[in-house]
Formats: sequence, structure tokens, C-alpha cells
Amino acid sequence: MNGAPLTLQLLNFCAALLLLLSFAMLSQRRIVNLVNLLAVQGSVLLLATLLLAARTGQHHLYLSAALTLGLKVILLPWLLHRLIRRLGVYWDAEPLLNISGTMLVGVLTVVFAFGLAQPISQLASTATRNAIGIAVAVVLLSFLMMITRRKAMSQVVGFLSMENGLFFGAMSATYGMPMVVEFGVALDVLVAVLVLGIFFFQIREQFDSLDLHHLESLREEAGHGGRS
Amino acid sequence: MGGGASVELLLLLATPLTGALTLGLLGARRFAPELNIGFSLLTFLAACALAVRVVAAGRLIVAHDQFFIDAFNVFLVTLTAFVGLTTAIFSRPYMRVELEHGRVRSTQLRLYHSMYQLFMSTMLVALTTNNMGLLWVAMEAATLSTVLLVTLYRTAASLEAGWKYFILCGVGIAQALFGTILLYFAAEHAIGAEGVSALLWTHLNGVKGQLEPAVLGLAFVFLLVGYGTKVGLAPLHSWLPDAHAEGPTPISAVLSGLLLNVAIYAVVRCKVLVEGSLHSALPSRMLMGFGLLSVVLAVFLLWRQRDIKRLFAYSSIEHMGIITFAFGMGGAVANFAALLHMTVHSLTKSAIFFAAGHAAQKAGSQLMDQIRGLITVSPTIGWGLMMGSLAILGLPPFGVFASEFLILTTAMREQPWATPILLTALAVAFAAIFGRVQPMVFGETTAKRLPHPPALLPVFVHLGLVLVLGLYIPPYLADWYRAAARLIGGGG
Repeated sequence: MNGAPLTLQLLNFCAALLLLLSFAMLSQRRIVNLVNLLAVQGSVLLLATLLLAARTGQHHLYLSAALTLGLKVILLPWLLHRLIRRLGVYWDAEPLLNISGTMLVGVLTVVFAFGLAQPISQLASTATRNAIGIAVAVVLLSFLMMITRRKAMSQVVGFLSMENGLFFGAMSATYGMPMVVEFGVALDVLVAVLVLGIFFFQIREQFDSLDLHHLESLREEAGHGGRS
Repeated sequence: MGGGASVELLLLLATPLTGALTLGLLGARRFAPELNIGFSLLTFLAACALAVRVVAAGRLIVAHDQFFIDAFNVFLVTLTAFVGLTTAIFSRPYMRVELEHGRVRSTQLRLYHSMYQLFMSTMLVALTTNNMGLLWVAMEAATLSTVLLVTLYRTAASLEAGWKYFILCGVGIAQALFGTILLYFAAEHAIGAEGVSALLWTHLNGVKGQLEPAVLGLAFVFLLVGYGTKVGLAPLHSWLPDAHAEGPTPISAVLSGLLLNVAIYAVVRCKVLVEGSLHSALPSRMLMGFGLLSVVLAVFLLWRQRDIKRLFAYSSIEHMGIITFAFGMGGAVANFAALLHMTVHSLTKSAIFFAAGHAAQKAGSQLMDQIRGLITVSPTIGWGLMMGSLAILGLPPFGVFASEFLILTTAMREQPWATPILLTALAVAFAAIFGRVQPMVFGETTAKRLPHPPALLPVFVHLGLVLVLGLYIPPYLADWYRAAARLIGGGG
């Protein structure tokens, strides 16, 4: 096949793009942009799925691509934008670690991720060897983002980005999970975002803000314990 | 391997789901609690029927291999359905009192009852599924269905607890998803790309010797961290006491008595696969290490608690640590003891939460300093709390004593270094809990009357069962445990 190397190169390009997007998210403090980046990440994922589907001819990957388009490119970003507008949270506070520091930790994380993925990559077909390392890196970078951010909304974007990374990992290592599992995971993610939406309104009703420092009163030794 | 179907299994899984839909659609009716009990009773009957069938006919694989029942999970299914039923009975008067005290609105009870049933069905799916992917989906769904229940009271503390629960378990369970992906990856390389069947536990168990050890070792680390977060293993336990203390008490009872068991079940299923592939003691050592760490951390944090529900939540972490340690040791006796401990802990801890919930309602506070003299105002609650505490502390003749004794003696033989740590921890836990419970039960009283008589039948039924299990394990139950212990294997 003549086209194969091109799709392969494009696939690697997608993987690199995903890594770049993760770093962009780490450095972004405007929440609206963060959600947009998440949508772009979803689109890249969609592109990668389609490329892989074309390359391997596995039909269930098209179904999985449709799921990605519906959920990750359209529905979730739309839901998040709606939440942002209705809650009026546009900016994240200064992260716990400043941006350049976070970036530096991020770079180290990527090195670590490639090391971690080494035994898996060796077994994988050559088509997707680098992709697995990148998928692990995306997961860890999203984790880093969740740790360093203070606003609940940014943590949720980190959570969803982590799920995207896992999804990319599953795709590049095994050409996607069985369909029934993929549907189940997608359903869980959707429900999680809906539950979070309700949750945010409850938090704001209680504290008039979505800053997570309000949620730090429970400590291991005592708890508050009292009843109103 | 069979297609086929099982009416019992269908009923078992469909009943709570129908219950969730019905209770969600009906809304806040006066008879909703009774309906909740009814659905739970049907689920329990279906579980009993399923257990009878599995005991008679051996393991069952149905619905295109997607579900399977063996000795290990059928006993957990029955236990789950049973505690689900008794908690529903307890919840009826408890939530009515909460309504009258103005802590919840009647419209919120619609969410409460519907989610209660949904939670039961996710746990039952997690227990019966053969597909490691579906197991993950069901575990995540179990978290999602209880997040809004933890925040039911809408207090600042309950929102914080809910958020912690959501994020920590969400991140944890994402690790487990990665572990599952790695498992699938290893399976596809061993068996070739067979799509769906590569995630079936029975299938994987058959070929576990051929799975790539390096990948499975990595997968186990992720799976243990992921599902371990839900078990409440240290150092990822911090969601557990908050979620238990701030949510409504019936939810604390099912979280502690059931969800933790289901999470352990997931860990053990993974361990069986990985151990078969690795042929090394790594998974066992990891389980023992995490188990002991949890026990030690939990008992020292027990001392610093002031809230009655947090106290017993930390005690749950301690017991989950003991169970994990026992499964880590492996072998017929330790597995037997761990399974027995899962049963008696589940029964005892939910009974304690029932009694503690009513005690807190009477005193108008969850703070232990403000709960005094239960024995004079309500002897049954007082005795229930006292007996429950003595049972969970491992005093003979209760069942917890039997299982802890077995675990300790096995540890002395197999892992002598761990025995002093475990013994010290148990002694510290005894002093911490007994010292707190005694003044609550005896002493001067401040409690007031409740508008609805509490349902204490579940407390004494549970404690009675634990007592019976301590004195005499019926032969069929013992056979059942032994069969399950053989399935899990491991150890020397």
C-alpha cells in the first residue's frame, strides 16, 4: 500500500499535536479558552480515530469516531460553555505553582511517561509506538493540571482531558476497546459532567463562588461534626 | 462456555433498575420508602434464588459470556442484596425523622430513593459481570450515583465531602481504566485480536499463563491504585471518612458495608489474573503492604476523631486494610478468613451505622461529646451501639473474632514480621473505640424523643447473624467459602 506511510505520519502528527495541546492547557488560565482547547483536543482525537480506522479497516473504529464527535467535540464543550456562562466563571486564580514552574514539571513528566510506556511500546506494532508514550504523557499532564489548579471548573477540564488521553492510549495500543465498554465509558463521562453541573450550582449556592479553597475545612483529625 | 440465560440473574439486575426508574418517575410520594423496601426485598429474593441455583449447579456463565456467577461472587451478591434490604428498612423511619427535623425536603427524597436503587444495581452489575471493562463502568457508575446522595444535606461540609469523593474516586478510577486498557492490550497479544472476548475474566483466567508479565505487572499497579482508592486504602483514603460522615446515615451504611466490598472484589479478581501471569510474589506483597499501611494509619487517626460517623469510617479503613492484607497472604486459610471478614464486617459495620445514626438523631449532633447516656433514654439503641462496637473490635463470641483470629494465626505462620504490627493496631483500635463508645452509652443523658420510632430490627438481625457466624459456621456456608478461597488461590 502506498498510502500507508502517509497515514502513519499523520497519526504521529496527531499524537504530537495532542501533547502540544496538553502543554497549552497547562499554561492557559482563561477558562473559556481551556474548554476550547479541550474541544480541539477532542477533534484531534477524532482525526486520529478516523486515520486509524482508514488504515486498519476496522469498522468499529468509525462508530467510536462518531461517539467522539458527538460527545467530545460537540456535546461536552457545549455543556461546559453553558455552565461557564450561567455560573459566570471566566478566569482561574493564580495556580498553586506558577506557569513556568508547571511547564518545567510538565517536561519532566513527559520524560517519565515515555520511560513508563517503554515495556508496552516494545510489544506494540511499530505503527503506534510513540503514540503510547504520548498517551501516558497526556494522562499525567492532565493529572498535573488537576493538582495545580484551584477552580473546580479547571479541574473538571483536566479530568476530561485525562479521559481523552486514556482513550488515545487505548486506541493506539489496541485499536480501541470493545464497543460495549466504549459506550459504557462514554455514558459514564456524560453522566459525570451532568452530575458536576448540578454539583457546581450547589457549591455556588452555598459559597457564592467556585473557588476550591472553600472546600478545605474537613481535616483528618476532626471534621466539623456539628449539626445545624 | 454457554450462551443461555438465567431468569434469576435477569430479575436480580432488572429489579433495582426498574425500582430506580419507578421511584424516579413517581416522585416524592408518601409510600416511596415502602416501595424502596419492596424493590429491595425482590432483589434479595432473586439473589437467594440465584445462590440456590449456583450452589446446586456450579458456576454459571450467561448472556454471551458477559455475566458469570461463581462461588466467590454469588456470596457477595447475596450479602449485598441482604444489606440493601435491611438498610432500606432502616432508612424508612430514619429519613422521615430527617424530614421532620428539616434537614431534607420531601422533593429531595425522590432523588434519594431513586439513586439508592440505582446504586444497588450498579454494585450488582459490578459483581456479576464477566467483562473487566464493564466492571470498570459499573464501579464508576456506583460513584456517580452516590455523589449527589453524599451532598443531600447541602451543607458546606457535605459539598466538600462530595467534591472530594468525586474527584479522588474519579482520578483513581481513571487509573483503573488505564490498567484495564493494559490488560486488554496484553490479552490481545496473547490470544490474538479476538475483540470482545479478550476482556472476559473467564477467558483471561484460562490464558493467564501466556500474558506478557511486564505489561501485566504495570497493569496491576494501575488497577490496584484505581480500585484501591475505592477500597479506601491509604494513602488514597481521604475521601472515605468525609463521604461517610456527611451523607445520610443509610448511605454511610451501604458505602461502608457494600461498596468497599465490591471494590475489594475487583482488586482480588485482578490479583488472580496478574499472579497467574507473573509467577512472583509482587501482587501479594503490594496487597500486604497497602493493607498494613491502611491498618496502621487508620488506627492512629481513630484517636483524633470527635464525630461518631467519622470514627467508624476510620474503623472501616482499618478493616479494609486487614482484609487486603489477608488476601495478600493468600492460600486457603487466609482467603477463607478474608471472605468471612468481609461478611462479618459488612454486617457489623452497617448495624453500627444504623445505631449511630439514630443516636445522633436523638442527641441532635454527630459529635461524640454531645451524645451521652443512650442506655437510659433508649436501651435498644444503646445496647445496639455497644454490642456493635464490641463485635467490630473483635471480641469473642462475635464473628469478627473468628476471622481476625484466623488471619492473625495465619500471619504468625506465613508472615511473622507482620503479626506484632497487626496486634498492636488491633489493641490501639480497641482502646480508641471502646473509650469513646462507653460514655456515649452510659453516663448522663441529654437525648430527646424522636417523632418516629426507630427501626432497630436490622441492627439486631445483623448482630445476631454476626454472633451466629462467630459460634458456628453452617457447613454449606463453610463449603461455599472454601470453594471461593480455592478460586482466589495464591499464597504458599
